[in-house]
Amino acid sequence: MNLIVSSIGQGLLWALLGLGLYLTFRILDFADMTVEGTFPLGAATAVTAISNGINPFLATLLAIGAGMIAGLITGLLYTKGKIPSLLAGILTMTAIYSVDLRIMGKSNISLLGKPTLFNGNFLQQLPQFFDSVSVGLIVIIIVTVLMMLFLATDYGQGFIATGDNPTMAKSLGIHTDSMINVGLMVSNGMVALCGALVAQSNGYADVNMGIGTIVIALASIIIGEVAFGDLTLNQRLVAVTLGSIIYRLILLAVLQLGFSANDLNLISSVVLAICMMLPQLEKVVHLRKPIMKGVQPHE
Amino acid sequence: MNKPILELKNVKTVVNKGTANETTILKGINLKINEGDFITIVGTNGAGKSTLFNVIGGNLQADSGQILHNGKDITHSTEEQRTTFLARVFQDPKLGTAPRMTVAENMLLAIKRGEKRHLVLRKLKQNMERFTKLAATMNNGLENRMTTATGALSGGQRQALSFLMATLKRPDILLLDEHTAALDPHTSLNLLHATNERINQDHLTALMITHHLEDALTYGNRLIVLKDGQVKADFKGEEKESLTTEKLYTYFED
Repeated sequence: MNLIVSSIGQGLLWALLGLGLYLTFRILDFADMTVEGTFPLGAATAVTAISNGINPFLATLLAIGAGMIAGLITGLLYTKGKIPSLLAGILTMTAIYSVDLRIMGKSNISLLGKPTLFNGNFLQQLPQFFDSVSVGLIVIIIVTVLMMLFLATDYGQGFIATGDNPTMAKSLGIHTDSMINVGLMVSNGMVALCGALVAQSNGYADVNMGIGTIVIALASIIIGEVAFGDLTLNQRLVAVTLGSIIYRLILLAVLQLGFSANDLNLISSVVLAICMMLPQLEKVVHLRKPIMKGVQPHE
Repeated sequence: MNKPILELKNVKTVVNKGTANETTILKGINLKINEGDFITIVGTNGAGKSTLFNVIGGNLQADSGQILHNGKDITHSTEEQRTTFLARVFQDPKLGTAPRMTVAENMLLAIKRGEKRHLVLRKLKQNMERFTKLAATMNNGLENRMTTATGALSGGQRQALSFLMATLKRPDILLLDEHTAALDPHTSLNLLHATNERINQDHLTALMITHHLEDALTYGNRLIVLKDGQVKADFKGEEKESLTTEKLYTYFED
């Protein structure tokens, strides 16, 4: 039972990663590798700030700001520097590794004995692991509602159009470059927030904690789409969180089978690969049609 | 004499500048477009028709010369800035609409063409009735598909929607780049009729590229022949009325 609650808590916290990537990967159609860097950047910023006596809430806001700057750099490399999207993200991601080491001064910082967002008075009253469920749920609800509202504004509609058909968007006077920059900033801000929360929940930040994050984010998105099929945009955002929780439960099940935590990146990739191959597998084994709707390979 | 709504003065464009493949596409275009003009444009492949539209639209900058909108120099203004007074319909039905957004959502995007988009709720429902009525004017069942993603529409419906979107917010200049070329003959004729009707009704100023000489003669009050990056002929009014396909065809022979 504890393990399941812990997995749900982790799923909620990590869902932010999926939601952040959803903005760029699904809506802007921009494969943003920056997130592999912004996740540990958020963690490093928040943990370093907290261990220097800064209030955990403020430290988390600082992390969001750092993530947004990283997103803007990738955006400018792409829109102004005309560097291909994938490479722009990889450049920023690689650079952030050094920045993380500068911020932390070493490769690993523990939060032992320091205040975090997870050890407030109220949260301490809750049974074990419910602290991450509570914080995760509050943050996810706020972020999801804000995203839904944002996408339903005139500005948000222009944002969707930018990813859907940039030629048309420009011909209607939508500034696609600034839309991409804003999208990358918001997305990476969310990913950094995710890193800051995960680090506070785990009690440490490690310079290598970003490895594999993009696969985890994609897994949340794709599992949500596979599991729930044809959905409206708002429903899809909720499906990302559910996908993230399902992903954590799959990991839990796999770990119960006797795999070690060292195998996690391998397992993540295998889970994602299987989900993405489902449309092809269906031709062979004739799986249920509705399962397929969310994972049609796009042209 | 009324002032031209758009004027091109000796506009030239060069591609592959500074290389061995340097080519001048537009070789000094001079053109005065008056309010209410409906100009059809014909010309061989490579004559510079699309380049002319791109220079007017702003997604290609002129290398020399001047472009004036109501007397104001817009030679160096960007594509986005020009959308405040200019609308385009592309040849490819895929280019004119956002495929994952619904018909109504696309129309909502189009009524704000060239305007700043704010963080205020989009008000789709309030506009639905008006949009449905407008869609019905296209006479192709578009009004029954308001909540369908445009990617699921037929090419004809998509292109009709593109045209509708271009005229939703009245443009000073409407650019139609062979907008019926990708459609079957019947659908194409339908859209041409609707186009003509809308342009005449709203007294729009429009430029239409076409490869069909008959269409070029049937529609509009002015016809321009582009050849080798220059305006070879410019027929207006009665001169255009008396023009025949045979005579027009001679411009395509070397």
